Amino acid sequence: MGSIFNLQQVVNGLQLGSIYALIALGYTMVYGIVRLINFAHGDFFMVGAYAAYGAFFLFNAALGGSGLPMAGIALVLAMAASGGIALLTNRLAYKPLRYKPKLSSLITAIGVSMLIEYVFSAIPFIGPSFRAFPEILPSRPIQIGPNATISTQAILDIGVAAVLMIGLTVLVRHTALGKAMRAVSQDKDAAKLMGIDVEKVIGWTFLIGGSFAGAAGLLAGMTYPRIFPFMGILPGLKAFIAAVLGGIGNIPGAVLGAYIMGVAETFATAYNSLLGEGIAFAILIVVLLVRPRGILGEKTADKI
Amino acid sequence: MKRTLSIVALALLVALALVSCAPKGPAEIVIGGVGPVSGEAATFGKSTQEGCELAVEEWNAKGGVLGQQIKLVYEDDKGDAAEGAAVWTKLIQQDKVVAIVGTVMSKVSLAGAPISEQYGVPMISPTSTNPSVTFADGKLREFVFRACFIDPFQGTVGAKFAYDDLGARKAAAIFDVGNDYTKGLSEFFRDTFIALGGEVVAFEAHATGATDFKAQLTKIVQAKPDVVYISDYYNDVALIAKQLRELGFTGPLVGGDGWDSPDLVKLGGEAVENGFFTNHYSKDDTRPEVQDFVRKYTAKFGAAPDALATLAYDAMNIMLDAISRAGSTEGVKIRDALKATDFAAVSGRTMFDEQHNPVKAAAIIEIKGGQQVYRTTVAP
Repeated sequence: MGSIFNLQQVVNGLQLGSIYALIALGYTMVYGIVRLINFAHGDFFMVGAYAAYGAFFLFNAALGGSGLPMAGIALVLAMAASGGIALLTNRLAYKPLRYKPKLSSLITAIGVSMLIEYVFSAIPFIGPSFRAFPEILPSRPIQIGPNATISTQAILDIGVAAVLMIGLTVLVRHTALGKAMRAVSQDKDAAKLMGIDVEKVIGWTFLIGGSFAGAAGLLAGMTYPRIFPFMGILPGLKAFIAAVLGGIGNIPGAVLGAYIMGVAETFATAYNSLLGEGIAFAILIVVLLVRPRGILGEKTADKI
Repeated sequence: MKRTLSIVALALLVALALVSCAPKGPAEIVIGGVGPVSGEAATFGKSTQEGCELAVEEWNAKGGVLGQQIKLVYEDDKGDAAEGAAVWTKLIQQDKVVAIVGTVMSKVSLAGAPISEQYGVPMISPTSTNPSVTFADGKLREFVFRACFIDPFQGTVGAKFAYDDLGARKAAAIFDVGNDYTKGLSEFFRDTFIALGGEVVAFEAHATGATDFKAQLTKIVQAKPDVVYISDYYNDVALIAKQLRELGFTGPLVGGDGWDSPDLVKLGGEAVENGFFTNHYSKDDTRPEVQDFVRKYTAKFGAAPDALATLAYDAMNIMLDAISRAGSTEGVKIRDALKATDFAAVSGRTMFDEQHNPVKAAAIIEIKGGQQVYRTTVAP
């Protein structure tokens, strides 16, 4: 059992959890505001990975191959691209259905997800097959214990996730936009009566949630340097489960859920590789049976 | 009037029959070739055709076989099993071939093999690796041979290389649990490594399509192996290698021909350095058979031969050698001569085992400075 539960596996789990957390935040924010499970969210993550990939080929030569500025530009562009496509999806697909039955938006979300995946597969310079994500920053192991290392890539993954999450917390707690977001999530109609431009707040929510997925896309591309148009499906699904586990609609809950998922998946995979693939769904079933509102979620009658 | 007409018609028919029975020019021996010249594996079919053509041309220049010139009838199976069966029947019934060299894909060879068996026309598949092509349902296909080694064999050679050349005594392996190719390689690697006196300290599966292997790789690294065997295809190999290096493993990595892609280095970068894989042959092998073949092939077709062209060339040579030793074009005699094959082929000295799989050496390729470099040849 020593090789299953130990420091190294915890580090592995935290690294994986950081990527899930960035994706899960977008799920939970959008759900909190418009009560929509945005199944296209995993694809925003994929768009971010491709934006970073494109950024590398546009700017790397000009930067003379220096890693950190390149990573910075890739991060900004990935976040912008994913945020942009999230905003666009909201405008074109979800806004017209805002006051229609919830199921319409949900089915639309699945449609948007497939549309993005197949359009990307059809674009010649993206294509349906695997692409090798370039090495922006070389990753080196750092010894942190007799039997454990942390790679510089893991530090980057965990660090970027932490900085963005702190930024989000500040935004939600201490800015006018954050206050408006909280107001809309509590009561859309009352918020409107108080003079809040609800559609604008929803737009910002999609933009921020999407950009976080974009950041995750860049980090995933650097960590697992193989990208393809369907790469968002599984991480998206697992991040969604993480959000449900933490309590969908609850921002700290999504982060907590994501880290629990990352570590649980690593432990389960170390125990048995196929169990690891299934553990996310086992967690979902248990949560829905035992505590449907999730760990930190507030009590509501209807989730979808 | 009517009667005259029917007599004329009858006469014409008889004349036609006579013409078609008449010998067509000088005596020649017809050999069939089959490969997917069109379809999803078109480059495979083209390479195979070129390999066959070069071999036939060389034999003809030396006076053919059994004193007759060789005629190659090469057919396209389109990478499709039904098409393959049709082509096999056509070659045997219409072209009256005495033997067939083909085809590339196992599923198509599996369609052709029973037809060769039924008509007693010997065949050698140059590159079909599925064991059941030559040996199905516990029964040997008497007239069916292959020129390439089958998948599990690479695991055996990989283990020998790791133990003898790399001096490893503790090994670990990781493989895709949903893929018989990688599973088979790893199991044969493990069994051989243990039989040689080594210890397998970790034997880990991963799910198909996984991207994060760190949980399994942590177990592997903590078991402190001298070498890690990765039997996956190149794009998984690259991710596994990168994550292994991030976990602090610096030792050598060994794998099979699934590594053979330029994308391996693109995806894996420095992580796949100190990596070695088994392959059918290397064009950098210094043996004269190899260098001679590479030179002649490049001169004729303008590009260096790939493994498919090489194995097709070998298969055709093995077949013609068997016909020449049989001293006859009778299927049964060619078959018996094939069984007794001991031929210095480009991909290594070749004999057949009791399941008609070749017993021959594998080339070991090293990833060095982002390039594939020939390292050594390992006999089983």
